[in-house]
Amino acid sequence: MSSQLIINNSIVDDEWKLVMPPKADEEVKKQAGKVVMFKLTGESSLTNEQIENTILPKSGKVILPVGVFLHHQKDLKNRISKQEIGIWMETHEEIDSFINEINDINLLPLISVRVKKFADGRIFSIGNLLRLKYKYKNELRAIGDVLRDQLFFLKRSGFNSFHIREDRDAKDALLGLNDFTTPYQGAVDQKQPAWKIIKR
Amino acid sequence: MYKYDSLDQSLVDERVAQYKDQLTRFLNKELTEEEFRPLRLQNGLYIQRHAPMLRVAVPYGLLSSTQLNKLADISDKYDRGYGHFSTRQNIQFNWPKLEDTPQILKELATVEMHAIQTSGNCIRNITTDQFSGVTPDEIIDPRYLAEIIRQWSTFHPEFALLPRKFKIAITGSSRDRAIVQAHDIGLEIFSDEDNEMAIKVWVGGGLGRTPILGSVIKENLSWKHILTYSEAILRVYNLYGRRDNMYKARIKILVKALGIEKFKELVEKEWASIKDGPNTIDNSEINRIKAFFSEPNYKNNKQNDLKKHVTNKYFSQWLSRCTHSHKKEGYRSVTLSLKSNKQAPGDATSDQMRAIASLSDQYSFGEIRVSHEQNLILADVLEDKLYELWEKAKVQKLTTPNIGLLTDIICCPGGDFCSLANAKSIPIANSIQDLFDDMDYLHDIGEINLNISGCMNACGHHHVGHIGILGVDKDGSEWYQLTLGGNQGNFASIGKVIGPSFSEEELPEVIKKIISTFIKHRHPDEIFIDCVSRIGLQPFKEAVYGKKEKKT
Repeated sequence: MSSQLIINNSIVDDEWKLVMPPKADEEVKKQAGKVVMFKLTGESSLTNEQIENTILPKSGKVILPVGVFLHHQKDLKNRISKQEIGIWMETHEEIDSFINEINDINLLPLISVRVKKFADGRIFSIGNLLRLKYKYKNELRAIGDVLRDQLFFLKRSGFNSFHIREDRDAKDALLGLNDFTTPYQGAVDQKQPAWKIIKR
Repeated sequence: MYKYDSLDQSLVDERVAQYKDQLTRFLNKELTEEEFRPLRLQNGLYIQRHAPMLRVAVPYGLLSSTQLNKLADISDKYDRGYGHFSTRQNIQFNWPKLEDTPQILKELATVEMHAIQTSGNCIRNITTDQFSGVTPDEIIDPRYLAEIIRQWSTFHPEFALLPRKFKIAITGSSRDRAIVQAHDIGLEIFSDEDNEMAIKVWVGGGLGRTPILGSVIKENLSWKHILTYSEAILRVYNLYGRRDNMYKARIKILVKALGIEKFKELVEKEWASIKDGPNTIDNSEINRIKAFFSEPNYKNNKQNDLKKHVTNKYFSQWLSRCTHSHKKEGYRSVTLSLKSNKQAPGDATSDQMRAIASLSDQYSFGEIRVSHEQNLILADVLEDKLYELWEKAKVQKLTTPNIGLLTDIICCPGGDFCSLANAKSIPIANSIQDLFDDMDYLHDIGEINLNISGCMNACGHHHVGHIGILGVDKDGSEWYQLTLGGNQGNFASIGKVIGPSFSEEELPEVIKKIISTFIKHRHPDEIFIDCVSRIGLQPFKEAVYGKKEKKT
């Protein structure tokens, strides 16, 4: 089977292994009104048990859930310096909640953001923040329900790596990267708006 | 008005190609219904009761005669010879075939039109005052800022898939005709102490299931920062707005849940890192866009022959209701009423569209505006030509002198077309129009807004109608709930429900009782809404439901 991974403008083999936590015994749902941030309503986060029970492959390049990464950060020093450790986050996780616990995000060669549903546009804001506010420079990958028609927006929001959903053709998805030639507004990839860069 | 350059044109052309390809993939089953849905919606395509509905964008309600002629042609060629102007100043076609939609969009693109972001969970068409640039009470023409926001919001990558739809309205007049307080973001441009253009920003207003008026988030924002500040608001909303329940997903719910102070704090924090960034507007850009909205070539015409015709009662009624004062002496703006009781409110036939396009070429510099009240406006008509215009427009049944009166009903397409509706709305509008077809009586009743929505999504703006009618579903049959005391403009308010709902048959009689109660209680020259504010709902309730018996 050919690869589902697009980096920049080509289909490439995936060197990374995505590590998933075990399923929780009981879904932990936070109730509306009990949390400061509304977005957490109904969205589960990893339990300590899940984090502790996640199995880490002993070698090779692995993408760990943020919570798991933070839990093992100290033990992983060696592998981090060998550029073997990447992280992945859900769209409802707050960058602010973990960024200060990571020494330097640019020591991570890969950050992935998982979008569970096509319609979840939080991934775009997360890309923007990671690139512009937190100055993340390395590979930024979209995983999950990633389809052709998000790619142009993902690219503009700072993503340079796209893992296309397994049942779709990555070659077809490549076309989505070039839906429009010159967009109006400044974003992550092209920071200046059109009126500043071409004579209108 | 704004004219496309090659960049605007290529974006619209590329959209046509993109959409055509998306539709092909859907028809080939490469996209599921669920996956195609957000894509088609962001291109204005709904799947409705009888056929798809295509909503075409009319940016801030401004149309050229060429564009209106094209809309007429499209309605003949692909639809049933008419179109419906909506409360977002757009136009909707109710009967296109799904497979024709790419071709329709291709034709629209030839006259600088499209259906981009007319639906779906994204930033929608920016709306503004239909009298922008011509009304004497205007402080600053809002159209060029509206155009700047339009360009910025078109295919904005970060805000392509928001929790829910997002509506921005902008006004530049001391009298708000754009209901800015009922929008996700409402903008009021004013001139600050240093005579600089500044903006007052409201956030979190909206009608729909939970009607809420916006809260002020910024009293005085420099125009330079309008895009970065909006970006900060939208980012906070995009990240924190609810996505688990579509009825609680609008920004108003987030603002309410956090409180305006907390919400503002988050926005200001976000803004701090992007303020003065690349999307900050500068003088060269604002002047470039402003030049598209420069004054037309007005004639100096201080004399007019209107006096000759004022003895004609019908003309005189029309003159008082359907023409509006203009900043330029010798000119008036004209509203062509799409509210005759012979057609659905906001509908125009292809013949009417062509006639209006032609009238605009003859009398109003070839431009037409759509109002959120669903009428069409010729903004710059010489007073001298009003009689001539009236006679020609009359032939097309466009001169019903009811603007601002009871039968100038704002109305959504309702259960006859819309698959969301609980109840019909057009027949209700028509039955009220039939009941009040005596123009003298209508003029005596005076200014009053009656708005009808077929469901709580409130496309017919029933919450801000002086009288609001909402279609509700009760055990599978259609009922109508009545609100009184809603208002738009600077003193916007949400109407209050007066009591149990009514059947379709009861409704005209109920409206009659409400009007009679007003006539009985009004002070001379008092308008309906002022009377409701003064005497309260009780007299109206008693008139409609009867007096409650006192306990003995």
